[in-house]
Amino acid sequence: MKKDFFRGASHGIPIFLGYLSVSFGFGILAVESGISPLIASIISASNLTSAGQVAGVDIIRAGGTIIEMILVQLVINIRYSLMALSLSQKLDPRFTTPHRFLASYGITDEIFAVCSAQKERITPAYMYGMILISALGWVTGTALGAAAGQLLPDAVSSALGIVLYGMFLAIIIPPARRQKSVLAVVAAAAGVSVLFRYVLTAVSPGFAVIISAVAASALGAALFPVKEEAEQ
Amino acid sequence: MNIAVYIIVMAGVTYLIRAVPFVFFRRKIKSRFVRSFLYYIPYAVLSAMTIPAIFYSTGSKLTAAVGTLAALLLSYFGLPLIAVALAAAAAAFIAGFLI
Repeated sequence: MKKDFFRGASHGIPIFLGYLSVSFGFGILAVESGISPLIASIISASNLTSAGQVAGVDIIRAGGTIIEMILVQLVINIRYSLMALSLSQKLDPRFTTPHRFLASYGITDEIFAVCSAQKERITPAYMYGMILISALGWVTGTALGAAAGQLLPDAVSSALGIVLYGMFLAIIIPPARRQKSVLAVVAAAAGVSVLFRYVLTAVSPGFAVIISAVAASALGAALFPVKEEAEQ
Repeated sequence: MNIAVYIIVMAGVTYLIRAVPFVFFRRKIKSRFVRSFLYYIPYAVLSAMTIPAIFYSTGSKLTAAVGTLAALLLSYFGLPLIAVALAAAAAAFIAGFLI
């Protein structure tokens, strides 16, 4: 139990560092939109998501409707439903209903990614450790960015922008090297994503990620169905 | 409108998107296609989120490309996540001075 918690927390350190730098940018942006550092930190603590928060702040600033807020959050964040579904298949039996309600809060791209990369089943303690340290980084970064955003040299803050993407590559490259099927899925998803970025530009970034991922995974599932032992 | 209303709606919708499938989906999925699909989803999502966005992450495509190359190399050789992530930033940072 305790061991799992600390293992989760230590696996969350790269997420902590990545979040610290990304949410720093969110803090700056929120303050520029007329939101106080305290409110910005509350938004980060209650939402724990990047793109959704940025879009939410835009709506707040523009005085948009609640319907608009609901729709935008749905579209941008619906990928979490896919991730939650995928994670639900590798939970330890200790994951009872109250634990599921609690841990749902922390299903982010990065936490999902690190959890899915684990060979063992995911326990509540493991996830709580990771969520705690990640949320700490997310909220601290927001507060720092909101309070003192302009203090960091440009060269440092712009270089930090790549941290989370570097982590994503570290998650997908080793399995893609071992399994041709994963390599094919990764290449297909990247290809469709590039298509959306430069050709089908009318599609919003949130939808583009969903469509790319669903298309590539469906292709992978059709061409390379996984064997029982490969999934765990 | 009160900002608290916005924040509650925002946070509520985001939470429900995560919680509904996570809490209420208990069955073991039998369909081999669906199981395979869910097996590939993490890699596909991360790939789609990273490419091409990574090249726009540092404000300069050139420094981002250097950072990406560093990340690809180190992850190919199986270095830990934190090492790859920080090396990407360090490479982009250094490239920023050389270019």
